[in-house]
Amino acid sequence: MTGMTIIVKTVSRWVGGMILLFGIYIVSFGHLTPGGGFAGGVIIACGYILLTLSHGSKFSLGRLNKSVAAEMDSTGALLFLLLAVLGIVTRGHIFFSNFLQKAHPQGPFRLISAGIIPLCNVAIGLKVGAGLFVVFIILATMKFVVKGEHTETAAGGSQEP
Amino acid sequence: MIEGLLGLLLMFMLVGAIVAVETRDLLSSVICVGAVGVGSSIAFLLLQAPDIAITQIVVEVLFLIILIRATIRRDLTAITGDREFFGMVTSIALLAAFVIFGIRALHFLEFGKPAHAALGPVPFNHYLKEGLRETGAANIVAAVILDYRGYDTLGEATVLFTSVIGALAILRRRARKPRGEVLARKQS
Repeated sequence: MTGMTIIVKTVSRWVGGMILLFGIYIVSFGHLTPGGGFAGGVIIACGYILLTLSHGSKFSLGRLNKSVAAEMDSTGALLFLLLAVLGIVTRGHIFFSNFLQKAHPQGPFRLISAGIIPLCNVAIGLKVGAGLFVVFIILATMKFVVKGEHTETAAGGSQEP
Repeated sequence: MIEGLLGLLLMFMLVGAIVAVETRDLLSSVICVGAVGVGSSIAFLLLQAPDIAITQIVVEVLFLIILIRATIRRDLTAITGDREFFGMVTSIALLAAFVIFGIRALHFLEFGKPAHAALGPVPFNHYLKEGLRETGAANIVAAVILDYRGYDTLGEATVLFTSVIGALAILRRRARKPRGEVLARKQS
């Protein structure tokens, strides 16, 4: 996938970092403000998708290539499962019990409160963000090559091999 | 006043949906689907559900529209072909049945008020009263989906994971067609 003109490239380079920061904010404050892991993860993926659309897929795959993104996806899923299983071995002996400290001693609306809910949000945000970026890259840069005939690209024209 | 605004949004979404179905240009159709998504997100915000409004805007308008536009072939700009008569009649009949049964099932609830007042003792009341004290989370939606009903969220995360693995497995580097014909799929 090729990039766009230089105006689009410059502006999206400035804005891309802010989109990632906003996505991380939505994920980490998910237990206090609206949002949470799923919405924040999609925002993080959309930041990388903006870089892909404006600079070309080679640029964004140079920043975060497919195998690293797939491993981040698996890590997020395994982290979520690990937090659920840790509820068995610690206090409560129930699958998925909320075993960390729930209330901050100084008041209710703090960042470090609500047990394992922020950690679960981080795991889900990692998983959704990396997974959706991988799916977008695969679907948008897929080429069909039939042996001996012309190639045709999804999101592009046809070309001879 | 809320109902007036919601009625206006509903008209907007209806016009957008009809244009999305009837137009022949593919780009206009995709943009109209995005407009329906924006109207739906504003409706969620007016009904005091900001979690769903954020997720609706980001998933439908940003991710889905960009994915559709990036995946279809750029030299296909118009939809050709006619609509089937039998399919149209069946879907209109099922939609009418759905609307009639929906109105009859929900007529005892007042619009805009939460349903738990009319339904009696449900776990809903317990979550609203004791949610902050038991879980420590100010966002009751996050408390419900990650503490009270965390097992369902585990199932949803598994579904997402499986779909990503499925896409990765099908669109691999090289895939063999049957009868010995090699069809190589290249990732550029």
